Amino acid sequence: MSLLSIDNLRTHFFTKAGVVKSVDGVSFDLDRGEILGIVGESGSGKSVTGFSIMGLVDQPGRIVEGSIRFDGQDLVALPEPKMRDLRGRRIAMIFQDPMMTLNPVLRVDTQMIEALRAHGKWTDEDARQRCRDVLGQVGIPSPDERLKSYPHQFSGGMRQRVAIAIALLHQPDLIIADEPTTALDVTIQAQILYEVQKLVAEHNTAMIWVTHDLAVVAGLANRVAVMYAGRIVEMGTTEEVVNRPFHPYTSGLIGSAPSRNARGTRLTQIRGMAPLPMNLPAGCAFRPRCDRASEACAAAPDATTPEGDHLVRCHHPLGVGQDRGTAA
Amino acid sequence: MTVFIIRRLMQSILVILVMTVLVFAGVYAIGNPVEILISQDATEAERAAAIARLGLDRSLPEQYLAFLGNLVRGDLGTSFVFGEPALQLVLQRFPATMELAICAMILAIFIGVPLGLYAGLKPESIAGRTIMTGSIFGFSLPNFWQGLMLIMLFAVILQWLPAGGRGERGEFLGIESSFFSWDGISHLILPAINLALFKTSLVIRLTRASVRETINLDYVKFARAKGLRPRRVIGLHVLKNIMIPLVTIIGLEFGSVIAFAVVTETVFAWPGMGKLIIDSIFQLDRPVIVAYLIVIVCLFITINLIVDILYAILDPRVRLSDQKA
Repeated sequence: MSLLSIDNLRTHFFTKAGVVKSVDGVSFDLDRGEILGIVGESGSGKSVTGFSIMGLVDQPGRIVEGSIRFDGQDLVALPEPKMRDLRGRRIAMIFQDPMMTLNPVLRVDTQMIEALRAHGKWTDEDARQRCRDVLGQVGIPSPDERLKSYPHQFSGGMRQRVAIAIALLHQPDLIIADEPTTALDVTIQAQILYEVQKLVAEHNTAMIWVTHDLAVVAGLANRVAVMYAGRIVEMGTTEEVVNRPFHPYTSGLIGSAPSRNARGTRLTQIRGMAPLPMNLPAGCAFRPRCDRASEACAAAPDATTPEGDHLVRCHHPLGVGQDRGTAA
Repeated sequence: MTVFIIRRLMQSILVILVMTVLVFAGVYAIGNPVEILISQDATEAERAAAIARLGLDRSLPEQYLAFLGNLVRGDLGTSFVFGEPALQLVLQRFPATMELAICAMILAIFIGVPLGLYAGLKPESIAGRTIMTGSIFGFSLPNFWQGLMLIMLFAVILQWLPAGGRGERGEFLGIESSFFSWDGISHLILPAINLALFKTSLVIRLTRASVRETINLDYVKFARAKGLRPRRVIGLHVLKNIMIPLVTIIGLEFGSVIAFAVVTETVFAWPGMGKLIIDSIFQLDRPVIVAYLIVIVCLFITINLIVDILYAILDPRVRLSDQKA
């Protein structure tokens, strides 16, 4: 059985201006030790999917439908005290902006030890030892000294390492990483990606890596899910999705990323703009921006699997049947 | 830190000097105290003697220099009206005002912060909205009217509490204060509530706004993602951050409560500094006005210094030595 199994998750936000269907029917499974990349642009619902799993969707948002089964129990129905017990201990989260994740007025040791003590009794000495160990694991030099520092005394990359260390404190089964390297520069990003990959492999931890950067996911994830307007429009192994995309949106994402092979040529561009979440087009939400759109697209496409487990939600998938697109 | 404090003291001295010049010029412009102090039917000789005794026969710059010379020796002059040292007059009434101000601020903090927290955490709830509406009343009802209504209700109709005056003082560890006798406390309650109402509203609104701002920040969400109990997330992560703006406002307001308790002291016949300064201004009793203002300036400076030190304790990013004082 999979560690995490999400079925038809719908998380909606009931604002004064209308209902925002941030997550609208997302389903996927995740096994132990597996890394799933969720790719999408801002507002596609990828972060809200992460927060839904953590049970941290705030007012006016609410999970209106679906189930999130984690290790046999449904997190949607779980009462808050039990959910709190899972948070941080079995499911941990890393946030996007390391400058904002750590509380500026509390020392690093306070913030780490409280995370330990939230889930059990720890003596001062044991707790400090555990913190030192984990800080060492994520590559923070002289952890002893660093424990007594305040967040503002760290660089962005170091702060993100501290946040990752906090996520690792209890050796969780699942880590949800919400664009954790977006705010960092490229060299630091590469280091952190490498280390996270290593740590996750060592402990057989499952991971959901939310990002808008397909290139990051390509080097990291086993499987990729592409989200658009609250739905997964394509999902498959990284190799399948990156090299043989079915969905025109995925293909457009890949085409718009610079690569070494295409030096000097113009990057392709997905025309139009991401739709406002308040008034999504009926049927396929990507229709107004899609070159392949037809009458049929006025009806919402169902998820199909034209090849193996490679899922797509499109009436006119690329490369299925005769015309394999020129993408990639 | 030492540099910081020294720079602060230098500034304070400058502020006091400027302030005394302004008060001298101001009181001089309003009128001649001799007209008020000396009876109409005094002879010319008596009049001249009185003027010479008060030192008013000299020119204003000369008077000011004489005042500065005395100031260096710690002498702030003698009250024209009471014939007693001005500083002593002010300091005699200082404890009464302090009692009132401290009591009012404690009420404002211990009522305002929890209510503000609640309103900030549950802005849509009925209780949250009620608190906010209530705070508008606290802001907009005139202070003196609130005082009169308190007297009407609790002293006249219910007869639970005395209507005015300071009451008996108790003694504890050699300190004499209203806090240590029941009679003293019962006299203190109404004026303290009256003085606290406006401040409580201010604290409620500020706390609510800060909570609304802080609660959505990533570090609060991250704290929740660690599996911390709500009590710890609010009590430590949120509260310690909102203390920073709160301490500033509370500090400033504490100063203003002491300096401008005049209305409450008048309504409740509280023998504090506020009443003294109003009487002194009417009688152009310049030494008392100057002494009062010097005490207030010193108080404000001390409070600001404490606020700055609290900043450094609350917010590790603040280093006092880097700060332009």
